[in-house]
Amino acid sequence: MTANHILGILGSLITFAALFELMRRRRLREKYAVLWVTVSVGLVLIALVPALLPALADLVGVEVPTNLLFFVASVVLMLVSMQHSYELGRLEEETRTLAEEVALLRLDLDERGSQSRPQPD
Amino acid sequence: MIVPAWNEEGAVGETVGALRELHPGIEVLVVDDGSSDRTGDEAEGAGALVARLPYNLGVGGAMRAGYRYAIRHGYDAGVQVDADGQHDPAFLTKLVDGLQDSDVVIGARFAGEGEYRVGLLRGIAMRLLAGTLSRLTGQRLTDVTSGFRAANRRAMTVFAAHYPAEYLGDTVESLVIAHRSGCRITQVPVVMRPRTVGQPSQSPVRAALYLCRAVVALSLALVRPWPTSLEHSAPEHE
Repeated sequence: MTANHILGILGSLITFAALFELMRRRRLREKYAVLWVTVSVGLVLIALVPALLPALADLVGVEVPTNLLFFVASVVLMLVSMQHSYELGRLEEETRTLAEEVALLRLDLDERGSQSRPQPD
Repeated sequence: MIVPAWNEEGAVGETVGALRELHPGIEVLVVDDGSSDRTGDEAEGAGALVARLPYNLGVGGAMRAGYRYAIRHGYDAGVQVDADGQHDPAFLTKLVDGLQDSDVVIGARFAGEGEYRVGLLRGIAMRLLAGTLSRLTGQRLTDVTSGFRAANRRAMTVFAAHYPAEYLGDTVESLVIAHRSGCRITQVPVVMRPRTVGQPSQSPVRAALYLCRAVVALSLALVRPWPTSLEHSAPEHE
């Protein structure tokens, strides 16, 4: 067992533990949990079974096994950040709607509170 | 009358005052777009209703709140007027008269009344936007970024549900949405006064940026799916 090998196992196990802990403490929502469990289990497997990555690379026809890892990792990261942009936009739209509602509610309250101002209509 | 205002304490009082004076029967709603100055108080002092947004949303957010207010309180028409005093309230009647045969009426520059000087790049951007929207709607529109516009109940229902808060969305994209929802858009020539307070952005870099953003905003507006009928608009109930 080489130092590289041990480092890989350690790193993937720490990632796995950290994600598990986040989910256990309900800091990660269930909808992201599936993704992260898949990613971390995949990492642990690749670290524990060194023959797995070259076999996979051979299967899809990638000459350098690590390139397969890099490629898959960057695709996963890109998808995750796209998902985050989407969620961010949705949240902005939701907070915008809330902000507008709050302003209108406050106006409504003010109107009801002040007798001096005639009600519209 | 819906007046979106963001940090306009120097002008909003005068604007509201002029509106109330010329058209005493019309309710003025100032939507204070998260101002950090005394915009809301000034407007209230001048006799307007003031809806205060908790933080800055941009003109689109302020206008959607305004249209929602108008729909919920049963108003038949809403007119957007900028707080900075550019829009002459004398043209209000002309705009509202235009609603008789259309759903959205834009108070437009470059349509015969008044003289305006714009920089080259900004001019290109404005002509590009105006030309595209004119072709789309089949109406001659010369000033699609104008913030002086009237909407009837039909158009307000669309805007209350869909009014983009993005850059240029409040002007250009909202017109595309209105058109896709089956609203008829026309324009009325108006004279705009120079701003009473504040400086218009005129540097060439800003103008170039404006052109780029205008192209992006316009292309997005054209490819985005929007509800094609009023039935899809979210129901509004009190």
